[in-house]
Amino acid sequence: MTDLLSMPLRRRGLVAASTALLAAPALWTRPAHAQGTTATGSAVIDVDRARTDPIPVAIPVFVGAGGDTERLGRDIAGVITNNLARSGLFRPIDPAAFIGRTDGGATPNFQNWKAIGAQALVTGKIDSQGGDKVRVEFRLWDVLPGLQIQGTAYTTTLGNWRRIAHIISDVIYERMLGEKGYFDTRVVYIAGSGPRDRRVKRLAIMDQDSENNRFLTDGGFLALTPRFHPTRDQIAFMSYVNDKPRVYLFDLGTGRQQMLGNFPGITLSPRFAPDGNSVIMAQTTASGSDIYLVGLGGGARRLTDSGAIDVSPCFSPDGTQIVFNSDRGGDQQLYVMGADGSGSKRISFGRGRYATPVWSPRGDLIAFTRQSSDTFAIGVMRPDGSGERILSESFFCEAPTWAPNGRVLMFYRETAARDSRGNGYSSRLVSIDIAGFNERAIATPTDASDPAWSPLLQ
Amino acid sequence: MNIQILGAFAAVALLAACSSSETAKPEPVANPVKGIVPGSQEDLVANVGDRIFFDFDKATVKGTGAKTAANMTTLDKQAAWLAQWKQNNVQIAGNADERGTSEYNIALAAKRATASRDYLVAKGVAATRISTISYGKDRPVALGSNEEAWAQNRNAITSVR
Repeated sequence: MTDLLSMPLRRRGLVAASTALLAAPALWTRPAHAQGTTATGSAVIDVDRARTDPIPVAIPVFVGAGGDTERLGRDIAGVITNNLARSGLFRPIDPAAFIGRTDGGATPNFQNWKAIGAQALVTGKIDSQGGDKVRVEFRLWDVLPGLQIQGTAYTTTLGNWRRIAHIISDVIYERMLGEKGYFDTRVVYIAGSGPRDRRVKRLAIMDQDSENNRFLTDGGFLALTPRFHPTRDQIAFMSYVNDKPRVYLFDLGTGRQQMLGNFPGITLSPRFAPDGNSVIMAQTTASGSDIYLVGLGGGARRLTDSGAIDVSPCFSPDGTQIVFNSDRGGDQQLYVMGADGSGSKRISFGRGRYATPVWSPRGDLIAFTRQSSDTFAIGVMRPDGSGERILSESFFCEAPTWAPNGRVLMFYRETAARDSRGNGYSSRLVSIDIAGFNERAIATPTDASDPAWSPLLQ
Repeated sequence: MNIQILGAFAAVALLAACSSSETAKPEPVANPVKGIVPGSQEDLVANVGDRIFFDFDKATVKGTGAKTAANMTTLDKQAAWLAQWKQNNVQIAGNADERGTSEYNIALAAKRATASRDYLVAKGVAATRISTISYGKDRPVALGSNEEAWAQNRNAITSVR
């Protein structure tokens, strides 16, 4: 049956208190987004530079105070190490090379960390606060000038240790790179199992690092194309429950699903408006499908009526424009129109069919799937259609989704069956940096498709 | 696949029937496959044809090449069969091959189901007797990743409800 989330998705209430820690000499001195070299000679790296030259970072085990805190210290340092390494922008140094020691709090002997090539040092300690409460203290040090650049303490419950590790990872990412991170996030996706002619497709959710996987529906009906609400614990997706394929809202707190709108046709390809008050989606008609804006509190407005297949709409982050997929010109291409459906204009002109456009959270790019004669590809272009770049190409891939900082895409890739029984077929999640590097397989317990990255948790 | 298997089975049954009679005369065979109840789903599959096939990225029932005659024959027989078995309601499921994106394929396959329904309605079947659904590429009948499999998976399949 429906597996309810036992843990609150939102950050509120998770961290009972977070306190700024003042280091002995100097602190908070530097705006992290400054580029190049500061007066102290320390390097603040931007993302472009870190792509070619990942930041060497030392992350010793957080120092515990006996009992559970010892294990927690190892686990938290491990999750931070894993997050930063997988970003491709940091190079965690093998702990076997460490010369220096840390008590978790005091100003370190920077020479020992400089000697092993560390540019950043992360230290921390954990104290039990009685019961299942713990206090996790963390400091980020800029090794070359010998400065503390961040110090924060979090009080929370033992069970939330992963969230704390992700929040700390995001702080490190932001302080070192001058941009928001994406580690304290989740991915909702479709878990696939069984032969393809009777494929079971379940709604599933996990942390961005593949931990805490949960299946949200029981597989009794097909579930497709989930998307996160921008602020609430809610997912819009397509469900075939009762053999009536429609867009539904799924509440992560209660596990309940509820049909969105009351349409005679099939409704599909939902995405929330940036304000979270409505969903944009398509309804099939005799001649194809039209795009509708459907209020969560009721009401629906048709935005297109082209007599063709208009599908897969997505708002720009400022809510003023909509990019969508249409075959009104003969085959599938990308179009941009105003939020009221006016002034639609084709933006894709490369070779092949274009589909599944998704506007970057930064607003600067649109990610898409491109279908050529033998291959599928994931790419990005500017909202005016210029600057098209293909990031990954294979037998089949589709459905890009953006990390909330607009730096990383996740999508799914299928392999071809090698025989008539379907052997050899697989469907897997993949992530890639928008510069086209650092492609990584995302682990899932079963086959997976249709990923959607959550916003940063709150 | 199902059609071919049933076709072979029907041929065997006919031969057996012929050889059992010394004075074999060609006679109209109303129900060539033994054990099939006239007017049933099995009857529709074996003796009428439950599906038509589409060109890549197209949703017109006429199709091209050999598909045209085959599709028209199948749909005409479905219309006649539905006229005969008036108590039967049917669902038409539209399907697409794996060489397309998921959301677009659902809309495309819905269009295929609708086109099939519209043809039957034009042939006199009451629209209220036909429901449609689209599975996009999620219910393939052939599991290979090649042209032959994809051609089979671009279909609209009629079933008794």
